[in-house]
Amino acid sequence: MSGIYADPIGHWVVVVIAMVLLLFVVLTATAYTVWFERVALGRIQRRPGPNRVGPYGLMQMAADGIKLVFKESFIPAKTDRVIYVLAPAIAVGAAFLAWAVIPIGLWYNVQYWIADLNIGILLVFAVSSLNVYAVVLGGYASNNKYSLLGGLRSAAQLISYEMALGLSLVPTFMIVGSLRLQDIAGYTVHWGPYNGPLPLIILTPIGFVIYLIAAVAETNRAPFDLPEAEQELIGGFLTEYSGLKFVMYYLAEYVNMITVSALASLLFFGGWYLWVVPPVLAFFLKVVLFLFLYIWLRGTFPRLRYDMLMRLGWKVLLPLAIANVIVTGVILIAVQG
Amino acid sequence: MLESYVPLLIYVLIVLGLIGALVTLSFVLGPSKPHKKKLAPYESGIIPDTPALRRLSVRFYLTAMLFIIFDVEAVFFYPWAVLLRQLKWFGLIEMLVFMGILLVALAYVWRNGGFDWE
Repeated sequence: MSGIYADPIGHWVVVVIAMVLLLFVVLTATAYTVWFERVALGRIQRRPGPNRVGPYGLMQMAADGIKLVFKESFIPAKTDRVIYVLAPAIAVGAAFLAWAVIPIGLWYNVQYWIADLNIGILLVFAVSSLNVYAVVLGGYASNNKYSLLGGLRSAAQLISYEMALGLSLVPTFMIVGSLRLQDIAGYTVHWGPYNGPLPLIILTPIGFVIYLIAAVAETNRAPFDLPEAEQELIGGFLTEYSGLKFVMYYLAEYVNMITVSALASLLFFGGWYLWVVPPVLAFFLKVVLFLFLYIWLRGTFPRLRYDMLMRLGWKVLLPLAIANVIVTGVILIAVQG
Repeated sequence: MLESYVPLLIYVLIVLGLIGALVTLSFVLGPSKPHKKKLAPYESGIIPDTPALRRLSVRFYLTAMLFIIFDVEAVFFYPWAVLLRQLKWFGLIEMLVFMGILLVALAYVWRNGGFDWE
Protein backbone atom coordinates (compact mmCIF):
# COMPACT_ATOMS: atom_id res chain seq x y z
CA MET A 1 0.00 0.00 0.00
CA SER A 2 3.07 2.24 -0.03
CA GLY A 3 2.02 3.80 -3.34
CA ILE A 4 -1.23 5.02 -1.88
CA TYR A 5 0.45 6.31 1.28
CA ALA A 6 2.60 8.64 -0.79
CA ASP A 7 -0.49 10.67 -1.74
CA PRO A 8 -2.03 11.77 1.58
CA ILE A 9 -5.44 12.94 0.30
CA GLY A 10 -5.89 10.01 -2.08
CA HIS A 11 -4.90 7.71 0.72
CA TRP A 12 -7.60 8.92 3.12
CA VAL A 13 -10.26 8.80 0.43
CA VAL A 14 -9.32 5.18 -0.22
CA VAL A 15 -9.39 4.45 3.51
CA VAL A 16 -12.87 5.91 3.99
CA ILE A 17 -14.22 4.10 0.92
CA ALA A 18 -12.69 0.86 2.18
CA MET A 19 -14.36 1.32 5.57
CA VAL A 20 -17.78 2.03 4.09
CA LEU A 21 -17.29 -0.98 1.84
CA LEU A 22 -16.44 -3.14 4.84
CA LEU A 23 -19.60 -2.01 6.64
CA PHE A 24 -21.58 -2.82 3.52
CA VAL A 25 -20.00 -6.26 3.23
CA VAL A 26 -20.65 -7.04 6.91
CA LEU A 27 -24.27 -5.88 6.59
CA THR A 28 -24.82 -8.04 3.51
CA ALA A 29 -23.08 -10.97 5.16
CA THR A 30 -25.41 -10.54 8.13
CA ALA A 31 -28.48 -10.71 5.90
CA TYR A 32 -27.21 -13.85 4.22
CA THR A 33 -26.24 -15.40 7.54
CA VAL A 34 -29.89 -15.08 8.55
CA TRP A 35 -30.90 -16.69 5.24
CA PHE A 36 -28.31 -19.44 5.68
CA GLU A 37 -29.51 -20.09 9.21
CA ARG A 38 -33.15 -20.34 8.19
CA VAL A 39 -32.40 -22.68 5.30
CA ALA A 40 -30.01 -24.86 7.33
CA LEU A 41 -32.40 -25.03 10.29
CA GLY A 42 -35.18 -25.89 7.88
CA ARG A 43 -33.17 -28.75 6.42
CA ILE A 44 -32.25 -30.00 9.90
CA GLN A 45 -35.98 -30.10 10.72
CA ARG A 46 -36.85 -31.68 7.34
CA ARG A 47 -38.62 -28.69 5.82
CA PRO A 48 -37.45 -26.50 2.93
CA GLY A 49 -37.02 -23.17 4.74
CA PRO A 50 -37.49 -19.87 2.85
CA ASN A 51 -37.76 -20.64 -0.90
CA ARG A 52 -40.37 -18.24 -2.27
CA VAL A 53 -38.76 -14.79 -2.59
CA GLY A 54 -36.17 -14.88 -5.34
CA PRO A 55 -34.13 -17.92 -6.42
CA TYR A 56 -33.67 -20.31 -3.45
CA GLY A 57 -35.30 -17.67 -1.26
CA LEU A 58 -32.21 -15.50 -1.55
CA MET A 59 -34.22 -12.27 -1.53
CA GLN A 60 -36.14 -13.27 1.60
CA MET A 61 -33.97 -11.13 3.88
CA ALA A 62 -34.35 -8.07 1.66
CA ALA A 63 -38.12 -8.50 1.80
CA ASP A 64 -38.12 -9.01 5.58
CA GLY A 65 -35.75 -6.08 6.08
CA ILE A 66 -37.88 -3.66 4.07
CA LYS A 67 -41.00 -4.84 5.86
CA LEU A 68 -39.45 -4.43 9.31
CA VAL A 69 -37.97 -1.02 8.54
CA PHE A 70 -41.35 0.36 7.55
CA LYS A 71 -43.11 -1.06 10.61
CA GLU A 72 -44.07 1.27 13.42
CA SER A 73 -41.23 1.65 15.91
CA PHE A 74 -43.02 3.12 18.90
CA ILE A 75 -41.71 3.82 22.37
CA PRO A 76 -43.96 2.19 24.98
CA ALA A 77 -45.41 4.23 27.83
CA LYS A 78 -43.42 4.88 31.02
CA THR A 79 -40.15 3.74 29.48
CA ASP A 80 -36.90 5.55 30.10
CA ARG A 81 -36.96 7.11 26.64
CA VAL A 82 -33.30 8.08 26.24
CA ILE A 83 -31.93 4.76 27.45
CA TYR A 84 -34.60 2.87 25.51
CA VAL A 85 -33.38 4.42 22.25
CA LEU A 86 -29.72 4.33 23.19
CA ALA A 87 -29.57 0.62 24.08
CA PRO A 88 -30.01 -0.84 20.56
CA ALA A 89 -27.62 1.81 19.25
CA ILE A 90 -24.97 0.58 21.69
CA ALA A 91 -25.58 -2.97 20.49
CA VAL A 92 -25.04 -2.06 16.83
CA GLY A 93 -22.04 0.16 17.59
CA ALA A 94 -20.32 -2.49 19.68
CA ALA A 95 -20.93 -5.12 17.03
CA PHE A 96 -19.49 -3.06 14.17
CA LEU A 97 -16.55 -1.55 16.07
CA ALA A 98 -15.00 -4.98 16.55
CA TRP A 99 -14.50 -5.16 12.78
CA ALA A 100 -12.00 -2.28 12.95
CA VAL A 101 -9.21 -4.68 13.83
CA ILE A 102 -10.35 -7.96 12.31
CA PRO A 103 -8.11 -8.72 9.33
CA ILE A 104 -9.85 -10.36 6.41
CA GLY A 105 -6.80 -11.29 4.41
CA LEU A 106 -3.52 -10.52 2.79
CA TRP A 107 -3.52 -11.04 -0.95
CA TYR A 108 -0.82 -9.91 -3.40
CA ASN A 109 0.50 -7.55 -0.69
CA VAL A 110 -2.87 -5.81 -0.40
CA GLN A 111 -4.08 -5.77 3.20
CA TYR A 112 -7.75 -6.25 3.83
CA TRP A 113 -8.07 -4.66 7.27
CA ILE A 114 -8.77 -1.24 8.72
CA ALA A 115 -6.46 -0.68 11.66
CA ASP A 116 -3.28 -2.63 12.32
CA LEU A 117 -3.11 -2.33 16.11
CA ASN A 118 -0.70 -4.20 18.36
CA ILE A 119 -3.52 -4.61 20.90
CA GLY A 120 -5.97 -5.96 18.29
CA ILE A 121 -7.70 -8.72 20.20
CA LEU A 122 -7.87 -6.60 23.36
CA LEU A 123 -9.82 -3.97 21.44
CA VAL A 124 -12.23 -6.63 20.15
CA PHE A 125 -12.90 -7.75 23.72
CA ALA A 126 -13.23 -4.18 24.96
CA VAL A 127 -15.89 -3.20 22.42
CA SER A 128 -17.74 -6.49 22.41
CA SER A 129 -18.08 -6.19 26.20
CA LEU A 130 -20.22 -3.10 25.57
CA ASN A 131 -22.88 -5.53 24.42
CA VAL A 132 -23.67 -6.18 28.09
CA TYR A 133 -24.73 -2.54 28.44
CA ALA A 134 -27.02 -2.80 25.42
CA VAL A 135 -28.78 -5.83 26.83
CA VAL A 136 -29.09 -4.75 30.44
CA LEU A 137 -30.06 -1.14 29.62
CA GLY A 138 -32.60 -2.31 27.04
CA GLY A 139 -34.16 -4.60 29.64
CA TYR A 140 -34.08 -1.93 32.32
CA ALA A 141 -35.56 0.86 30.21
CA SER A 142 -38.46 -1.19 28.82
CA ASN A 143 -40.71 -0.97 31.90
CA ASN A 144 -41.54 -4.64 31.60
CA LYS A 145 -40.88 -7.37 34.17
CA TYR A 146 -39.86 -9.90 31.55
CA SER A 147 -37.54 -7.47 29.82
CA LEU A 148 -35.86 -6.64 33.09
CA LEU A 149 -35.44 -10.29 34.03
CA GLY A 150 -34.15 -11.15 30.57
CA GLY A 151 -31.71 -8.27 30.63
CA LEU A 152 -30.37 -9.17 34.05
CA ARG A 153 -30.06 -12.84 33.23
CA SER A 154 -28.24 -11.95 30.08
CA ALA A 155 -25.88 -9.57 31.86
CA ALA A 156 -25.01 -12.24 34.42
CA GLN A 157 -24.52 -14.78 31.65
CA LEU A 158 -22.37 -12.51 29.49
CA ILE A 159 -20.04 -11.48 32.29
CA SER A 160 -19.76 -15.05 33.56
CA TYR A 161 -18.63 -16.40 30.22
CA GLU A 162 -16.45 -13.44 29.38
CA MET A 163 -13.79 -14.58 31.82
CA ALA A 164 -13.65 -18.07 30.36
CA LEU A 165 -13.51 -16.49 26.91
CA GLY A 166 -10.67 -14.16 27.85
CA LEU A 167 -8.66 -16.83 29.65
CA SER A 168 -9.14 -19.42 26.89
CA LEU A 169 -7.03 -17.23 24.58
CA VAL A 170 -4.15 -16.60 26.99
CA PRO A 171 -2.27 -19.79 25.86
CA THR A 172 -2.55 -18.53 22.28
CA PHE A 173 -0.92 -15.23 23.26
CA MET A 174 1.79 -17.06 25.17
CA ILE A 175 2.67 -19.17 22.13
CA VAL A 176 2.58 -16.33 19.61
CA GLY A 177 3.82 -13.57 21.90
CA SER A 178 1.56 -10.94 20.38
CA LEU A 179 -1.99 -9.58 20.66
CA ARG A 180 -2.05 -8.48 17.02
CA LEU A 181 -4.52 -10.62 15.10
CA GLN A 182 -2.38 -10.56 11.97
CA ASP A 183 0.54 -12.12 13.89
CA ILE A 184 -1.67 -14.77 15.47
CA ALA A 185 -3.27 -15.73 12.15
CA GLY A 186 0.11 -15.86 10.41
CA TYR A 187 1.84 -17.90 13.11
CA THR A 188 4.57 -20.02 11.56
CA VAL A 189 6.75 -22.77 12.98
CA HIS A 190 10.18 -24.13 12.08
CA TRP A 191 10.01 -27.75 13.15
CA GLY A 192 12.85 -29.64 11.56
CA PRO A 193 11.89 -30.24 7.94
CA TYR A 194 8.54 -28.44 8.29
CA ASN A 195 8.67 -24.70 7.77
CA GLY A 196 5.41 -22.83 7.48
CA PRO A 197 2.08 -21.75 8.94
CA LEU A 198 0.51 -23.81 11.69
CA PRO A 199 -3.12 -23.65 12.86
CA LEU A 200 -2.94 -22.94 16.58
CA ILE A 201 -5.69 -25.44 17.39
CA ILE A 202 -2.97 -28.11 17.25
CA LEU A 203 -1.14 -26.42 20.13
CA THR A 204 -4.14 -25.28 22.21
CA PRO A 205 -7.05 -27.67 21.56
CA ILE A 206 -8.56 -27.15 25.03
CA GLY A 207 -8.40 -23.39 24.58
CA PHE A 208 -10.36 -23.79 21.37
CA VAL A 209 -13.08 -25.86 23.01
CA ILE A 210 -13.46 -23.33 25.84
CA TYR A 211 -13.47 -20.47 23.34
CA LEU A 212 -16.15 -22.12 21.25
CA ILE A 213 -18.51 -22.77 24.17
CA ALA A 214 -17.95 -19.34 25.72
CA ALA A 215 -18.41 -17.62 22.35
CA VAL A 216 -21.79 -19.27 21.83
CA ALA A 217 -22.81 -18.06 25.29
CA GLU A 218 -21.42 -14.57 24.63
CA THR A 219 -23.53 -14.14 21.51
CA ASN A 220 -26.72 -15.30 23.28
CA ARG A 221 -27.19 -18.14 20.84
CA ALA A 222 -28.86 -21.50 21.41
CA PRO A 223 -28.32 -23.57 23.53
CA PHE A 224 -27.34 -20.57 25.69
CA ASP A 225 -30.12 -18.24 24.55
CA LEU A 226 -31.55 -17.81 28.05
CA PRO A 227 -32.13 -14.05 27.63
CA GLU A 228 -34.61 -14.81 24.88
CA ALA A 229 -36.19 -17.90 26.41
CA GLU A 230 -39.63 -17.49 24.81
CA GLN A 231 -41.44 -19.98 27.00
CA GLU A 232 -40.63 -18.15 30.22
CA LEU A 233 -39.63 -14.59 29.28
CA ILE A 234 -41.56 -13.78 26.06
CA GLY A 235 -38.67 -12.17 24.17
CA GLY A 236 -36.51 -11.17 27.13
CA PHE A 237 -35.00 -7.73 26.65
CA LEU A 238 -36.38 -7.65 23.08
CA THR A 239 -40.03 -7.84 24.19
CA GLU A 240 -40.81 -4.12 23.99
CA TYR A 241 -38.73 -3.39 20.88
CA SER A 242 -40.36 -3.05 17.49
CA GLY A 243 -39.59 -1.88 13.97
CA LEU A 244 -36.12 -0.58 13.23
CA LYS A 245 -35.05 -0.69 16.89
CA PHE A 246 -35.74 -4.42 16.92
CA VAL A 247 -33.79 -4.71 13.65
CA MET A 248 -30.81 -3.06 15.34
CA TYR A 249 -30.69 -5.68 18.11
CA TYR A 250 -31.17 -8.45 15.59
CA LEU A 251 -28.45 -7.05 13.35
CA ALA A 252 -26.06 -6.79 16.29
CA GLU A 253 -26.66 -10.41 17.25
CA TYR A 254 -25.78 -11.67 13.79
CA VAL A 255 -22.80 -9.37 13.37
CA ASN A 256 -21.50 -10.67 16.71
CA MET A 257 -22.01 -14.20 15.44
CA ILE A 258 -19.89 -13.45 12.37
CA THR A 259 -17.31 -11.68 14.54
CA VAL A 260 -16.75 -14.65 16.85
CA SER A 261 -16.66 -17.01 13.86
CA ALA A 262 -14.04 -14.80 12.22
CA LEU A 263 -12.05 -14.67 15.46
CA ALA A 264 -12.23 -18.45 15.83
CA SER A 265 -10.80 -18.94 12.36
CA LEU A 266 -8.12 -16.27 12.91
CA LEU A 267 -7.05 -17.44 16.35
CA PHE A 268 -7.18 -21.19 15.90
CA PHE A 269 -7.24 -22.01 12.21
CA GLY A 270 -4.66 -19.73 10.68
CA GLY A 271 -7.10 -17.15 9.30
CA TRP A 272 -6.62 -16.72 5.59
CA TYR A 273 -3.90 -19.37 5.22
CA LEU A 274 -5.22 -22.49 3.57
CA TRP A 275 -2.82 -24.34 1.29
CA VAL A 276 -3.41 -23.05 -2.27
CA VAL A 277 -6.84 -21.49 -1.77
CA PRO A 278 -6.83 -17.70 -2.36
CA PRO A 279 -6.58 -15.95 1.05
CA VAL A 280 -9.86 -14.01 1.19
CA LEU A 281 -11.78 -17.05 -0.09
CA ALA A 282 -10.08 -19.31 2.47
CA PHE A 283 -11.08 -16.92 5.26
CA PHE A 284 -14.63 -16.79 3.95
CA LEU A 285 -14.85 -20.59 3.85
CA LYS A 286 -13.63 -20.92 7.44
CA VAL A 287 -16.11 -18.32 8.70
CA VAL A 288 -18.98 -20.05 6.88
CA LEU A 289 -17.97 -23.36 8.45
CA PHE A 290 -18.12 -21.80 11.92
CA LEU A 291 -21.47 -20.19 11.17
CA PHE A 292 -22.77 -23.59 10.13
CA LEU A 293 -21.48 -25.04 13.41
CA TYR A 294 -23.50 -22.38 15.26
CA ILE A 295 -26.67 -23.22 13.37
CA TRP A 296 -26.03 -26.92 13.81
CA LEU A 297 -25.76 -26.39 17.58
CA ARG A 298 -29.04 -24.48 17.56
CA GLY A 299 -30.76 -27.23 15.62
CA THR A 300 -29.43 -30.00 17.85
CA PHE A 301 -29.29 -28.99 21.52
CA PRO A 302 -32.14 -27.99 23.84
CA ARG A 303 -31.76 -24.83 25.89
CA LEU A 304 -29.90 -25.10 29.19
CA ARG A 305 -31.51 -24.31 32.52
CA TYR A 306 -30.18 -21.16 34.17
CA ASP A 307 -28.47 -22.85 37.12
CA MET A 308 -26.84 -25.32 34.72
CA LEU A 309 -25.60 -22.42 32.62
CA MET A 310 -23.99 -20.65 35.56
CA ARG A 311 -22.54 -23.92 36.86
CA LEU A 312 -20.95 -24.65 33.49
CA GLY A 313 -19.45 -21.17 33.29
CA TRP A 314 -18.04 -20.86 36.79
CA LYS A 315 -17.38 -24.44 37.89
CA VAL A 316 -16.25 -26.04 34.64
CA LEU A 317 -15.01 -23.54 32.07
CA LEU A 318 -13.26 -21.07 34.39
CA PRO A 319 -11.15 -23.64 36.32
CA LEU A 320 -10.44 -25.47 33.07
CA ALA A 321 -9.27 -22.24 31.43
CA ILE A 322 -6.96 -21.42 34.36
CA ALA A 323 -5.56 -24.98 34.33
CA ASN A 324 -5.02 -24.64 30.58
CA VAL A 325 -3.03 -21.44 31.12
CA ILE A 326 -0.84 -23.07 33.79
CA VAL A 327 -0.15 -26.26 31.82
CA THR A 328 0.59 -24.42 28.59
CA GLY A 329 2.89 -21.99 30.40
CA VAL A 330 4.88 -24.75 32.09
CA ILE A 331 5.22 -26.77 28.87
CA LEU A 332 6.19 -23.69 26.87
CA ILE A 333 8.93 -22.65 29.27
CA ALA A 334 10.14 -26.22 29.76
CA VAL A 335 10.50 -26.73 26.00
CA GLN A 336 12.18 -23.36 25.56
CA GLY A 337 14.46 -23.99 28.54
CA MET B 1 2.89 4.14 16.81
CA LEU B 2 -0.02 6.42 17.57
CA GLU B 3 -0.85 7.00 13.90
CA SER B 4 -2.02 3.39 13.62
CA TYR B 5 -5.02 4.53 15.69
CA VAL B 6 -6.05 7.18 13.14
CA PRO B 7 -7.94 4.70 10.89
CA LEU B 8 -9.67 3.43 14.03
CA LEU B 9 -10.81 6.96 14.87
CA ILE B 10 -12.22 7.45 11.36
CA TYR B 11 -13.94 4.10 11.55
CA VAL B 12 -15.48 5.02 14.92
CA LEU B 13 -16.86 8.20 13.35
CA ILE B 14 -18.33 6.24 10.42
CA VAL B 15 -19.94 3.74 12.79
CA LEU B 16 -21.35 6.58 14.89
CA GLY B 17 -22.80 8.03 11.69
CA LEU B 18 -24.40 4.68 10.88
CA ILE B 19 -25.90 4.44 14.37
CA GLY B 20 -27.18 8.01 14.14
CA ALA B 21 -28.77 7.27 10.77
CA LEU B 22 -30.43 4.11 12.07
CA VAL B 23 -31.81 5.82 15.20
CA THR B 24 -33.08 8.79 13.17
CA LEU B 25 -34.66 6.53 10.57
CA SER B 26 -36.42 4.54 13.28
CA PHE B 27 -38.34 7.74 14.11
CA VAL B 28 -38.83 8.88 10.50
CA LEU B 29 -39.82 5.67 8.74
CA GLY B 30 -42.96 3.80 9.55
CA PRO B 31 -46.33 5.05 10.74
CA SER B 32 -46.90 6.53 14.17
CA LYS B 33 -50.32 5.74 15.59
CA PRO B 34 -49.96 5.59 19.36
CA HIS B 35 -52.75 4.01 21.32
CA LYS B 36 -53.07 3.47 25.05
CA LYS B 37 -53.37 -0.30 24.74
CA LYS B 38 -50.51 -0.47 22.25
CA LEU B 39 -48.16 1.47 24.49
CA ALA B 40 -48.85 -0.69 27.54
CA PRO B 41 -46.14 -3.21 28.43
CA TYR B 42 -46.70 -6.67 26.96
CA GLU B 43 -46.68 -9.25 29.71
CA SER B 44 -48.36 -12.19 27.96
CA GLY B 45 -51.77 -10.55 28.06
CA ILE B 46 -51.86 -10.06 31.82
CA ILE B 47 -52.42 -6.39 32.71
CA PRO B 48 -49.40 -5.27 34.77
CA ASP B 49 -50.58 -4.18 38.22
CA THR B 50 -47.18 -3.71 39.86
CA PRO B 51 -44.25 -1.60 38.66
CA ALA B 52 -41.67 -3.43 36.59
CA LEU B 53 -38.71 -2.21 38.62
CA ARG B 54 -38.71 -4.03 41.90
CA ARG B 55 -36.30 -5.79 44.19
CA LEU B 56 -34.05 -8.28 42.46
CA SER B 57 -32.31 -11.45 43.50
CA VAL B 58 -29.08 -10.70 45.35
CA ARG B 59 -27.39 -13.38 43.22
CA PHE B 60 -27.04 -10.91 40.35
CA TYR B 61 -25.07 -8.47 42.53
CA LEU B 62 -22.92 -11.31 43.77
CA THR B 63 -22.16 -12.43 40.22
CA ALA B 64 -21.31 -8.87 39.23
CA MET B 65 -18.88 -8.54 42.14
CA LEU B 66 -17.24 -11.88 41.37
CA PHE B 67 -16.89 -10.78 37.75
CA ILE B 68 -15.10 -7.58 38.78
CA ILE B 69 -12.69 -9.52 40.98
CA PHE B 70 -11.82 -12.25 38.49
CA ASP B 71 -11.96 -10.26 35.29
CA VAL B 72 -9.67 -7.49 36.54
CA GLU B 73 -7.19 -10.18 37.50
CA ALA B 74 -7.62 -11.89 34.15
CA VAL B 75 -6.54 -8.64 32.50
CA PHE B 76 -3.12 -9.05 34.15
CA PHE B 77 -2.67 -12.28 32.20
CA TYR B 78 -2.62 -10.54 28.83
CA PRO B 79 0.61 -8.51 29.00
CA TRP B 80 2.22 -11.34 30.92
CA ALA B 81 1.23 -13.89 28.26
CA VAL B 82 2.70 -11.75 25.50
CA LEU B 83 6.02 -11.42 27.31
CA LEU B 84 6.21 -14.93 28.76
CA ARG B 85 8.95 -16.10 26.37
CA GLN B 86 11.22 -13.29 27.58
CA LEU B 87 10.33 -13.65 31.26
CA LYS B 88 11.11 -17.39 31.28
CA TRP B 89 10.95 -19.33 34.59
CA PHE B 90 10.95 -16.19 36.74
CA GLY B 91 7.82 -14.81 35.09
CA LEU B 92 6.10 -18.18 35.11
CA ILE B 93 6.67 -18.79 38.83
CA GLU B 94 5.62 -15.25 39.72
CA MET B 95 2.37 -15.78 37.83
CA LEU B 96 1.82 -19.23 39.33
CA VAL B 97 1.89 -17.63 42.79
CA PHE B 98 -0.65 -15.05 41.61
CA MET B 99 -2.81 -17.76 40.08
CA GLY B 100 -2.59 -19.76 43.31
CA ILE B 101 -4.06 -16.82 45.24
CA LEU B 102 -6.75 -16.52 42.58
CA LEU B 103 -7.60 -20.21 42.84
CA VAL B 104 -7.83 -20.01 46.64
CA ALA B 105 -10.39 -17.22 46.21
CA LEU B 106 -12.25 -19.32 43.65
CA ALA B 107 -12.28 -22.34 45.95
CA TYR B 108 -13.52 -20.18 48.84
CA VAL B 109 -16.43 -18.80 46.83
CA TRP B 110 -17.19 -22.25 45.48
CA ARG B 111 -17.30 -23.80 48.99
CA ASN B 112 -19.58 -21.06 50.27
CA GLY B 113 -22.06 -21.64 47.47
CA GLY B 114 -21.37 -18.47 45.53
CA PHE B 115 -21.89 -20.27 42.23
CA ASP B 116 -25.08 -22.12 43.17
CA TRP B 117 -28.30 -20.82 41.61
CA GLU B 118 -30.82 -23.34 42.95
